Amino acid sequence: MSTTNPTVSSPIEAAGEGVATYVDQRVGSNKFLSRNLGKVFPDHWSFMLGEIALYSFIVVLLSGVYLTLFYKASMVEVIYDGSYVPLKGIEMSEAYSSSLDISFDVRGGLLIRQMHHWAALIFIAAIAVHMFRVFFTGAFRKPREFNWIIGVGLATLALAAGFSGYSLPDDLLSGTGLQIARGIVQSIPIVGTWGAFLLFGGEYPGTDFISRLYGIHILLVPGLILALVTVHLMLVWTQKHTQFPGPGRTNSNVVGYPLMPVYMAKAGGFFFIVFGVCTLIAGLVTLNPIWIFGPYTPDQVSAGSQPDWYIGWLDGALRIMPNIETYLFGYTISWNILIPAVIMPGIVFTALALYPFLEAWVTGDKREHHLLDRPRNNPTRTGIGVMAITFYGLLWIGGGNDIIATSFNLTINSITWFLRLTIFVLPPIAFVVTRRICLALQRRDRDKLLHGYETGRVLRLPHGEFIEVHEPINYKEMAVITSKTDITPLPAPVKVDADGVANPYYRLKSMRAKLSHFFYAENIAKPTAAEIEAAQHHVAHDAALEAPLHAYEDADELRNGHGGVLHHLGMADTNSKQFAERTEQ
Amino acid sequence: MKFLAARRRQPVVALAMLLFALVAVGGVYAAVGTVRPAEAAGAASSETQVEMGKQLYLEGCSSCHSLQAQGSTNGPTLIGVGAAAVDFQVATGRMPLAAPGVQAAAGPPQYNKEETAALAAYVSSLAPGPAIPNAEQVDFGSADVAEGGVLFRVNCQQCHQAAGQGGALTQGKYAPSLMNATPVQMYEAMITGPQSMPVFSDSTLPEEDKKAIIAYVDYLQNAADPGGLSLGRLGPVTEGLFLWTAVFGALIAVAIWVGIKAR
Repeated sequence: MSTTNPTVSSPIEAAGEGVATYVDQRVGSNKFLSRNLGKVFPDHWSFMLGEIALYSFIVVLLSGVYLTLFYKASMVEVIYDGSYVPLKGIEMSEAYSSSLDISFDVRGGLLIRQMHHWAALIFIAAIAVHMFRVFFTGAFRKPREFNWIIGVGLATLALAAGFSGYSLPDDLLSGTGLQIARGIVQSIPIVGTWGAFLLFGGEYPGTDFISRLYGIHILLVPGLILALVTVHLMLVWTQKHTQFPGPGRTNSNVVGYPLMPVYMAKAGGFFFIVFGVCTLIAGLVTLNPIWIFGPYTPDQVSAGSQPDWYIGWLDGALRIMPNIETYLFGYTISWNILIPAVIMPGIVFTALALYPFLEAWVTGDKREHHLLDRPRNNPTRTGIGVMAITFYGLLWIGGGNDIIATSFNLTINSITWFLRLTIFVLPPIAFVVTRRICLALQRRDRDKLLHGYETGRVLRLPHGEFIEVHEPINYKEMAVITSKTDITPLPAPVKVDADGVANPYYRLKSMRAKLSHFFYAENIAKPTAAEIEAAQHHVAHDAALEAPLHAYEDADELRNGHGGVLHHLGMADTNSKQFAERTEQ
Repeated sequence: MKFLAARRRQPVVALAMLLFALVAVGGVYAAVGTVRPAEAAGAASSETQVEMGKQLYLEGCSSCHSLQAQGSTNGPTLIGVGAAAVDFQVATGRMPLAAPGVQAAAGPPQYNKEETAALAAYVSSLAPGPAIPNAEQVDFGSADVAEGGVLFRVNCQQCHQAAGQGGALTQGKYAPSLMNATPVQMYEAMITGPQSMPVFSDSTLPEEDKKAIIAYVDYLQNAADPGGLSLGRLGPVTEGLFLWTAVFGALIAVAIWVGIKAR
């Protein structure tokens, strides 16, 4: 930096230094910048998934501000008099009429509205995929558990932001969603009815809810998201970013490029690309054509009413749930709503938030982790993740069951029954299959370390045997594979110790040991250094066998075309000798 | 003559004769078969039309609807369903039924206009029923589209979906898409209630309202999509599918491109 250089050559540099000094003397920025601009970040495309979320959130904020200029969060009944003819003269709420005005009468309104909505969908999708990356690579491990919980909080808030926004236009589709949301609140035993009254300010739909939702949608939820995103990023900054294993990468360093200029350029450019994709899609593809759905009235509903994709799994859970109710002391407990829409998501989000602590407890691992796991090296975790995705995917199918039925000539009843069975059967199968694949990949890794990789060159030995030549893997792959840390499952606890004292925590510890066994007992041990060395001889042996051939290769006899050495002058000679020997006998 | 007579026993003659016969029969058939239906319909008096319809009925319909149209275990009675029902079912290709199933699917019509009219005339001759709407009844030119939209949302969209794209019913039944329905077919469907559809008689839905609904569906059929690609106007399911495939695919591709290590 120029501050360390007393001789300033060009006038531009002089001007730059002038500005830097002026600012530094007032805000003390030089020290901060010199310390942080050189901060190193590791490189991997999957580290940019969180960036997609951040940038699409910025698009959402900017486009949302534009929408607030024209949107009226009011349920006052008005007669529509805008330019969309098929709704002219229809009575509707001011919220819906102003949403129609944004779509048809505000300059650029429809583009910005679709941009806002598409960017919101991208935002939540990016959060989900970012979460997959963090989960499957074990990036949530110590010291990042809190940041994982913040992430789960952000995901939940993103759902709230999305759903509250989806409900604001007060079209028929959004009202249908709200009606269901109200039903879910009502299904909570004892407090449900009063909770719904409190939320909606009386009977549904009332006249208060849109303005309440508006405050939540434009102030409360985005404010919380901004605050949490700030903490989320600060923690990434202070804890440093995790990195994938590779040559020279350890648990105590960060290998990558400095923030300035490489990441400034990459992240800045990526921001504009995300912004560009949002704009492009918003300009080309319809999202939520509210004018087709018409104004909301509680007595109407359209076939094929669905929530946006991120609520689809909850809608699916509701759709496939059998109709079970209990009548107790004159009250109805609606298990058909309570279980799929309250208890199930409650369990899912709690499990999601607590998973890092569960895994740390099972592992008995107190170390810090800055080097990411390869998903195969923790088969149980990877299996659990795939199991959860399978579960989610099946509920997703449930959410779109009517569209799927009409599109593929199926019956909605058989889809429902298919899902009622598979929701219990398929996730465990997905778990087992994923785990087996991971373990198989671990075996493959071990094999690669011990025997090198298969070159595809088949060699026929003088006595007729065919072998495939193996060669040692390169140092990069070696570094990646050897990054695996073997975790030994915790031993079973002692029930009664040598002094005859019973272990007071026996049950808990026994469960922990069993879980630990479940997680790690089947892992394939990484070969020891001695094993690798012994194996090197074997690989070398292959190479030695092949060595004479290289003489021919040098003579250009084999170079073009086939890699196999099945018939060769030298070999033929040997074979004919063997043949002669045999016929003599 | 001698030339031909001398060669009449050659083997190739049999082949030539066969070819000649085929061409002659085919030519005559083509000439007779391409009578304009309109001319025929105009020429046919109502009595001959009914007679023709009966003939067609006995050939094509009676195996399920029985010889007297009284119905059987395979098909309902057609006595009193009226010409409108026959015209709707036959002109949309739903009847004759291609295969037994939960619901007759629309398809290419199996009878031409003349034959359809004959079938309708025959069935309506059995007992009075709803007639095929005339041009004045389906003339929706002066109908109020916005009013039609309200009526459509109150009466139709719970099955046919807000954009008229159709929707699923129970056990594999479905409300079909209205995107290819003609005004006459829509009117007939409302007054006859085919398959799972209820009947909207003039007492529940006066003629003016029916016209308004037809005007609104006609608007939906022809309306452009101001927001760009419509994604089938199927709502959040196709929107989500597009998001997770095209949009997110593009974003990940860009992320991979940006994330490639600088060399």
